[in-house]
Amino acid sequence: MKTRRLDNYGKINRDKILSFSWDKKNYKGFEGDTLASALLANNIGIVGRSFKYHRPRGIFSSGVEESGALVTIGSKDRRDPNVRATTQELYNGLEASGQNAFPNVNFDLAGINNYLGRFFAAGFYYKTFMGIPPLEWGKGTAIWMFFEKFIRKAAGMGSASGLPDPDTYEHAHDFCDLIVVGSGPAGVAAALEAAEKKLDVILVEQDSLIGGNQLAENDFDNSQIKNQLENLGIKIMTRTTAFGLYDNCVVGLLERVTDHISAPNVNIPRQRFWTIRAKHIIVGAGAIERHIAFNNNDIPGVMTVNASKHYLNRYGVLTGKRIVIATNNDSVYETAHQLSEAGANVTVLDSRTNFEIETNKSFEIRKGYVPYNINGSKKIDSLDISKNETINKSETINCDQVLLSGGWSPAVHLLSHRGVKPKWDYNNACFLPSDTKENITMVGSSRGLWNKNDCIASGIAGTTDALNRLGISKTNYFFPKPGGWKNPIQPLYEVKYKKSRSKSFVDYQHDVTTDDVRLAHREGFISVEHLKRYTTLGMANDQGKMGNIIGLSLMAELLNKEIPEVGTTVFRPPYTPVSIGALSGRNVGKHFRPLRVTPMHQWNIDHGAKMIEVGLYQRPWYYPKENETLSDSYIREASTVRKTVGICDVTSLGKIAIQGPDSTEFLNRIYSNGFSKLEVGKARYGIMLRDDGIVMDDGTSWRLAENEYFMTTSTGEAAKVMSWLEELLQTRWTDLNVNVTSVSEQWAGVSVAGPKSREVLNNCVDDSLVVTNNNLPFMGVTSTFLKGNIPCRIARISFSGELAFEVYVKSDFANTMMDLLWANAKKYDGCLYGLEALGALRVEKGHVTAAELDGRVTIDDVGLSKMASTKKSYIGSAMRKRGVLKNNDREILVGFFPTNLKETFNAGTIVCEKNNIKGQGIGRITSVTYSPELGHWIGLGFVKGGLDKWKDTNLVGADPVRNKQMNLKVVSPHMIDPKGERMYA
Amino acid sequence: MIRINCPYCGERDHSEFSYGGDATINYPSLDASEKEWTEAIFFRKNIKGFQFETWHHSNGCRMWLVVERSTVTHEIKSVKPCHPNLQKVAENNK
Ligand SMILES: [Zn+2]
Repeated sequence: MKTRRLDNYGKINRDKILSFSWDKKNYKGFEGDTLASALLANNIGIVGRSFKYHRPRGIFSSGVEESGALVTIGSKDRRDPNVRATTQELYNGLEASGQNAFPNVNFDLAGINNYLGRFFAAGFYYKTFMGIPPLEWGKGTAIWMFFEKFIRKAAGMGSASGLPDPDTYEHAHDFCDLIVVGSGPAGVAAALEAAEKKLDVILVEQDSLIGGNQLAENDFDNSQIKNQLENLGIKIMTRTTAFGLYDNCVVGLLERVTDHISAPNVNIPRQRFWTIRAKHIIVGAGAIERHIAFNNNDIPGVMTVNASKHYLNRYGVLTGKRIVIATNNDSVYETAHQLSEAGANVTVLDSRTNFEIETNKSFEIRKGYVPYNINGSKKIDSLDISKNETINKSETINCDQVLLSGGWSPAVHLLSHRGVKPKWDYNNACFLPSDTKENITMVGSSRGLWNKNDCIASGIAGTTDALNRLGISKTNYFFPKPGGWKNPIQPLYEVKYKKSRSKSFVDYQHDVTTDDVRLAHREGFISVEHLKRYTTLGMANDQGKMGNIIGLSLMAELLNKEIPEVGTTVFRPPYTPVSIGALSGRNVGKHFRPLRVTPMHQWNIDHGAKMIEVGLYQRPWYYPKENETLSDSYIREASTVRKTVGICDVTSLGKIAIQGPDSTEFLNRIYSNGFSKLEVGKARYGIMLRDDGIVMDDGTSWRLAENEYFMTTSTGEAAKVMSWLEELLQTRWTDLNVNVTSVSEQWAGVSVAGPKSREVLNNCVDDSLVVTNNNLPFMGVTSTFLKGNIPCRIARISFSGELAFEVYVKSDFANTMMDLLWANAKKYDGCLYGLEALGALRVEKGHVTAAELDGRVTIDDVGLSKMASTKKSYIGSAMRKRGVLKNNDREILVGFFPTNLKETFNAGTIVCEKNNIKGQGIGRITSVTYSPELGHWIGLGFVKGGLDKWKDTNLVGADPVRNKQMNLKVVSPHMIDPKGERMYA
Repeated sequence: MIRINCPYCGERDHSEFSYGGDATINYPSLDASEKEWTEAIFFRKNIKGFQFETWHHSNGCRMWLVVERSTVTHEIKSVKPCHPNLQKVAENNK
């Protein structure tokens, strides 16, 4: 093949020369080139190696359907694999390289795979490497695990850089009345008509230029169209692909902002991911020319006819010298004429015998002939042709290019995203879009219209349809009938090769041959969806845009059915690949999810806190001194709390204000324990169950006034509890007069715990009498002032088992409160403590948290039966004793000690009986800590039957993940101060 | 993307909302039997077509809404507040 640039053709800007590199060698192109056109202009024919067989591959198309010219663009952290050379605009300094080949695409050592074809036939992976059901973990699996990396390397695509993406991406949103996809004659006509009727219109075009397939015409100039569109206020988005349609006229767009610029401004994103909410969608996405399956139909130099027309008229590149065009339809003749005018020697093989076509006789037409076999390996040497009536090689034509047109497939993909099945049209041998009730209208050649005037008429009709459906007008309209060629198309999908083994490709990119389709049929994979998965037909990143119909027709023939009876695969978004970067937008790194910090976050850090994530919250984890490790630190902190006093930020707890005359009744219904007799000025620990009787959350509620409560929830369940309370009040108990308000952000909370906590608080409040044992007894609540006239709420609540208080101030006073408390705590050798020490203290005391309340346990399971009132009904009371929940072998909360007190264990350890160490055992350890008080490791967890059953038995803790095993003793979960004498002090 | 026309906030993406459940369930009284509660919380019709379901405008006005939505096409016929008093207000404001 000899491809070259012509002087008098194309719409490229010859004044602007761009240099680029291909496989490390430098070349030149022009502004307006794609990488593909520039490669062709430089006579580069081989641009890739195929997926399985490593056959040399060239450029098949000029657009998004490309399945041969997939290349890698850029280097280092900007290396972008599997880019279609046909849609990559050329820029100065562009670096591109071939992929899937070693050392390069011209000389590839793995080309040997070509001769090992039978090992790579359909279903090869499944047959060779999968375990044999039902023994899934069979021999095959082990073989696969060994060979996987070699095979993935041999049968593969380009590789990603593996480095963090240096580019930024953006999510953007817009609204409009009408979005038009595609700027061909139909789309433009629709947009103009709609804008004249005062609709707010967005016109989307995946190409850098508007015009659609008109860009392949030698006399096309889009400047006037562009002006018209702009003057009517239409928003034109080029380099933007509508990749998916979604419910309610939502369209997903990918805008490539800088992919065509050599040194983009770092302040603009590389790509934008648009969500457009439209009222109506018009799709004029065009049609895609199909190839024909015959032997060696993949040799570099094979291309679609329309692509060759694009290269000639848009890029000024003549793609061959001696060109054979093989067709079954009328669409090729203008191109044949133009190619011969441009200096090529052209022969047209038309499978049809009975047809009339006007030509100037500048090229030869062989009626009733089809392509049979290409001779050559890295380039086309000649083409064996056959009579269509009796398939066999009849003669050989010397040529350097074979252009194919097996018919056209309307791009029905976007409509298919909405679950609308296309219908087969026998006259035009293609799938046409079906009607839909949704506000989507298909226009132009994506509804099977082959000539320009019909396309324009359909665009106007499409907009009338939109106006009618939107209730703006009531105008009659009609769409032109599909078709538009003078002579009917003759279906031609495959020319069967007579020799035993053939390489007739259906899907170029995944190396699926006609033989693979037949093999799938023989082995029973006859449904389209099975065929697709077994052969991987249509599963590459071109998603079968060229090959799907050929595969279907082969299966139809094998099954003795018609194509529509075999079906069509459902197209799913995206239409063309969307980068992960665009999907994630700005939600990367630290911005991956929202960050919540407490109002004393900076105070905590300034005082040495190491932070940890708890849900979205950053909480103090531990406050190391000098060289302390995590465990040094938390052990010191927990000991200090037990000895003197500690201060801990507990702001992340959920906080809900409950107000209204029925508040008490409300709490009494949602908590399992009684709330009807809680006095003003007292708090109560409460447990909420779900409707099904399982524990939902625990927390406290403080009665501030007759009709006002302050509820705290766990950090993790705060949002869920809030929604739950709202649901109950708005849907179930609509007669209750209660208002709930989330005040989590409004209050900063701190726990002051330890035997010296009252003395510390005493020094911090205005009126020292308020915190005396009499005035603030255990579970007492008071609203008072910290020194400096800071209003606060104090409750005497303990999570650590020590004398302890929770103090809340308005968030703005958080730092002042911390300064005040910390200054006074230091006087008693107190400490700041974090989540790790908090955990140690609560495990020692046997308090449950999210690790235990995991959505599977009942009140009885966690040993809190006395919290389940028998005097009232509440949410979950009817269900908490149902069926399996009352079995007596349920796992019950217990404490664990290692038998040898010097040993340690981890959360997740499986508890087993000594002689039966397997499976799920009889229990599990959920939380562990070193206990400063007891001087050894302790754990909380569950065991079937609970303490009573196992208290004198030696059990085993199995921890296969960490390859550990230890002997265990089951103890009461209340491992220190079981009577609670300290809390009541 | 499903778009829900919240009576308080206007039409918004479904990502602002949280799905609740079947809006036609009459939850039994708290002292009802285990059998009645079992019926109410575990047995659901698998409707093909329009169904009434609750959605919480959790990232919006925090109202619980009854949405009449087709499980086949996602078409939404009506959106109302769950609370009957608020439904009346919404009706009167039409
Ligand atoms: Zn709302």
